Amino acid sequence: MMTVKEKEGDGRIHPQKFVLWVAMGSIVMMFAGLTSAYIVKKSQANWLEYSLPGVFWYSTLSIIASSITINMALKAFKAREMKQYRTLITITAFLGLLFMALQIVGFANLEARNIPLFGARSNSATSFLGVITILHMLHVLGGVIALMVIFIRAYLSKVKNYSSLPIEIISTYWHFVDFLWIYLFIFFNWLR
Amino acid sequence: MSSEVALDIHSGVSSLHVENQSHDSHVHHHETFIYKYVFSMDHKMIAKQFLITGMFWAVLGGLMSVLFRLQLGYPDSTFPWLEDILGKWAKGGHITPEAYYALVTTHGTVLVFFVLTAGLSGTFANFLIPLQVGARDMASPFMNMLSFWFFFIAGIVMLSSIFVETGPFSGGWTAYPPLSALGDASPGSKTGMDLWIVSMALFVVSSLLGGLNYIATVLNMRTKGMSMTRLPLTIWALFFTAVLGVLSFPVLFSGFILLIFDRNFGTSFYLSDIFVNGAGALPNEGGSAILYQHLFWFLGHPEVYIILLPAMGMVSEILSTNSRKPIFGYMAMIGSMFAIAILAFLVWAHHMFVTGLNPFLGSIFVLLTLLIAVPSAIKVFNWLTTLWRGNIRFTPAMMFAIGFVSLFISGGLTGIWLGNSALDIHLHDTYFVIAHFHIVMGVASMFGMFAGIYHWFPKMYGRYLNNTLGYVHFWITIVGAYLIFWPMHYEGLAGMPRRYYDYSIWESFKQFGDLNRFISTVAMIVFATQILFLANFFYSIFKGRKLRSTNPWGSNTLEWTTPIKPGHGNWPGEIPEVYRWAYDYGKDGHDFISQTTPIGADESVH
Repeated sequence: MMTVKEKEGDGRIHPQKFVLWVAMGSIVMMFAGLTSAYIVKKSQANWLEYSLPGVFWYSTLSIIASSITINMALKAFKAREMKQYRTLITITAFLGLLFMALQIVGFANLEARNIPLFGARSNSATSFLGVITILHMLHVLGGVIALMVIFIRAYLSKVKNYSSLPIEIISTYWHFVDFLWIYLFIFFNWLR
Repeated sequence: MSSEVALDIHSGVSSLHVENQSHDSHVHHHETFIYKYVFSMDHKMIAKQFLITGMFWAVLGGLMSVLFRLQLGYPDSTFPWLEDILGKWAKGGHITPEAYYALVTTHGTVLVFFVLTAGLSGTFANFLIPLQVGARDMASPFMNMLSFWFFFIAGIVMLSSIFVETGPFSGGWTAYPPLSALGDASPGSKTGMDLWIVSMALFVVSSLLGGLNYIATVLNMRTKGMSMTRLPLTIWALFFTAVLGVLSFPVLFSGFILLIFDRNFGTSFYLSDIFVNGAGALPNEGGSAILYQHLFWFLGHPEVYIILLPAMGMVSEILSTNSRKPIFGYMAMIGSMFAIAILAFLVWAHHMFVTGLNPFLGSIFVLLTLLIAVPSAIKVFNWLTTLWRGNIRFTPAMMFAIGFVSLFISGGLTGIWLGNSALDIHLHDTYFVIAHFHIVMGVASMFGMFAGIYHWFPKMYGRYLNNTLGYVHFWITIVGAYLIFWPMHYEGLAGMPRRYYDYSIWESFKQFGDLNRFISTVAMIVFATQILFLANFFYSIFKGRKLRSTNPWGSNTLEWTTPIKPGHGNWPGEIPEVYRWAYDYGKDGHDFISQTTPIGADESVH
């Protein structure tokens, strides 16, 4: 009878977490493709210079705040503070939705300044902003849905689940979309 | 000690838990027909689903090439039966120009993506990765199942585009704007293009789900003792393939997103200053069609290696097994595949030499492109030296593997011509290009796929394919492939452009009328031979000679340590431990030494 502890077991990242990291690499490539296209396009003729809507600062703050709350939620889960945990993931999901709402306010603001994102009168400078920002919003939405799933599951499940894996995976993803937006925000503001 | 696998279906998102327990493992799940054959989460069944769906598409895509070869070979003849099957697309028994372009486009899309990407790496990554690394299943069997079903739905959408009134998309498999971005540009650019882009988007999702799984499984789920440098080369190849796919498909996807916005939301990413007959001048300004080409070929070139690498990996494995010799230069093989994977991302602009690319930039891409010759030559050298003085068994799988090497050499050499931006001015968009990529990527990878099917069929179905039919299949296919594509080099050098509907009306290309007829005739014979292979395949699933031993080829790798018909979970007991690399053939007087055999006392450690 062998009792040697299997080496492979410890120190290795959980396969699902690993899948997430590779998926994040894949998402990075998509946005890298789009922002490179943006740079290529910018150097060509017919490029509109415009200032970003100010409300994007508030959306940036809200997504940074949501990263903080999801981190607190993870800590609460690990400390088995389930009530606090539920409150925190609710706040996180709410901040995610607020972020998306503020982005839409930003789009409306551009439209109001007669800078349409899409349509026949649009310039590809703003169309790029629209496409990239909407794609990012869809990724935030994915995170919100994932939060809602684990939230509902926490209520429905008859068996107490002490695995912190789902919330760990979601929080990693959440920080990722947060950083992604910060990159895009810096890109749109100063790097372009 | 063993790894126990439990399929946790009840938690909503299915996941695979690997726990270390010291009692015998057991796999519990109910196998109803639906869960066994349709919504299967067993990687082996998903592999077969990919394979057979891929075969369906190969037949359809191949048949399309036969139809447009009819037009190219016999431009003046009429075939009344064509009107019976194609209706208005072949009025009077003559394929219409619209139908011709639709056939060419769909043939390309289907063969590149559905057959040689999903059909090839979908099949063998699914089948071989868990079996050869020693895992019960993929990292996420549920995602794996989703990957197949996204592919399947992508196929349904593509298939439905054949039946819409305006026809399938007909602007070439690369879907360059403006043909792909403007509905008014051609009949195929209307509903056909909408369906094409939906189908391709679904396909990208399928590839990503699959690729994520393959990478995670190779890196995380290897059995005890299976270090990365003990992996069979098949796994290395499939791993690099998955990495390429995961990093390049998202870029194609972003190109498609911009295309969708140009098509449907009036943006001007790709469109500028366009006047459409009948619709007048378009308001789009400032777009760049070249931008799409950059985004497309950033996927498009890695895609070539996504297609080729699995074939290279399987050929390495099959050549070594059937030469009864270790693979020559194992580490060089990994290194060269790594180099190919890196270079794959740095050469995309060689598809764009004549788009007005800055010649200085072009010369950098020439250099990087020609650099690929180095790892390619290393691989060829290693294959030939593996064969050298081997105790060769000419099984059908081995024949196809050797055929692959032959095709890779002759198709690769013309790549050196095409990678040169000065020569490309003459050769671009001619039949020389068609000849080059069909030999080196299309036929060569098909050969890798056939080799894989003949070699692993006993593991898949517990029976053998018929050998005689296998040899007939091989000889007609290799001779036919050379007869089809070799003459195209001459046509291309003479400047004959690709994608033309009728060459007989061109004074310069009239001379190739007989040659074109010859090519078309051979194409039909080769296509018929593939039907013979399919008959062999499906007959042998049910009636083939039964497998009597678990290891028919005397192979070292782990898949042959499973029972003849492995259940879900692959090994009934513990997953075997690995003590050595996969290529101990003919060592110390032993014909082969399985990876599961511990290193003997008097044996030199590899």
